Amino acid sequence: MPQLDVTTFAPQIVWLVITFLAMYFIMAKVALPRIAQVLDERQTRIDDNLEKAAALKKEAEEAAAAYESSLAEARSKAQDEVKAVIDAANAEQAKKQDELAAKLNKELEAAEARIAEAKDKALANIKEVSGEVAKATVEKLSGVSVDDAAVEAAVANAMEQN
Amino acid sequence: MSNNPLHQFTITEIVPVEIAGINASFTNSAVAMVATVAVVSIFLIMGMGGRSLVPGRWQSMAELSYSFVADMVRDNVGNEGRKYFPIIFSLFMFILFGNFLGLLPYSFTFTSHVAVTFTLAMAVFIGVTLIGIARHGLHFFTFFVPGGVPAVMLPLLVPIEIISYLSRPVSLSIRLFANMTAGHTMMKVFAAFIVPLGFLGGWAPFAVDVALTGFEFLVAFLQAYVFAVLTCIYLNDSIHLH
Repeated sequence: MPQLDVTTFAPQIVWLVITFLAMYFIMAKVALPRIAQVLDERQTRIDDNLEKAAALKKEAEEAAAAYESSLAEARSKAQDEVKAVIDAANAEQAKKQDELAAKLNKELEAAEARIAEAKDKALANIKEVSGEVAKATVEKLSGVSVDDAAVEAAVANAMEQN
Repeated sequence: MSNNPLHQFTITEIVPVEIAGINASFTNSAVAMVATVAVVSIFLIMGMGGRSLVPGRWQSMAELSYSFVADMVRDNVGNEGRKYFPIIFSLFMFILFGNFLGLLPYSFTFTSHVAVTFTLAMAVFIGVTLIGIARHGLHFFTFFVPGGVPAVMLPLLVPIEIISYLSRPVSLSIRLFANMTAGHTMMKVFAAFIVPLGFLGGWAPFAVDVALTGFEFLVAFLQAYVFAVLTCIYLNDSIHLH
């Protein structure tokens, strides 16, 4: 078995030491730092981008919140304005209604006064006319001339009874 | 070409060198090691050449191997393991690409030699032990005293713990060496049957070799992973004791 040939051990070990030391120095000084640098750069870049994305997301959320609050404000303002307009219109209407009612009441009173006057007038006419009719009727039936005062009293009496 | 299935493991000197009485010849094993270092370096350095924010296929593979080992170290050792990451990464990639390149036809698998795997395992073992002593001083040796055990049992258990600790480099190196040697030997054994059995019978060992090749890729990855994970676990023991 060639592996057990002791005379080959020395050259193998010598060259193993030489090549492995070379390997170690190339890896430690050149190859590995290069790879580590690239991996580090990539990691920082990824972390950086994630941070940026988080910041942008926060900004977007803040903008959305501001929009919501301004929308709510505008809505409540609009509601207040609508309410003020409705109140004003209601007040106006109530005022007009009161005025109209007052006017109508006045006219009603005037009309009632006129009616009462006319009624009084008519009643007075009825007294006079009925007195004359009664005097004429009495004269025609009995031929007796009746005193005006008596007729008047009788009419007043009769009207009172009615 | 020899039909001996073990012939593929033969070390041949390409450039004989001798320094201070030590044979430091450049062999076929050394060629494979140099090729491994070159391929890994090219793969990682060229792959990261673009340094793109959004990686392409090649850069993805380089980043994937980095995060694979980084996760392994973090899961098994924790944050203290961070400074040992380069050495564990080098170990993993060195063994992984050594195994993979060894699967190429006519190439040489340096991880199939116990001299190599035992040297790596001893380096891990000594390194991890020194880290433990440096961090905990003499307190490190309480590692061999299992907790919650009656004092009567300790004379039995402490030697067992010490033996199991000392056998770590042996199991670590034999596992890798045996897996690679066995796989390559088996492929060679079946391959040696293909041509002698001719067009009629040769298909069967050929099919087995195709399946074994796929299986060997799995083993190549798995053994590199096991070596690296065990290194992490030993390191964790040294840093956190129990």
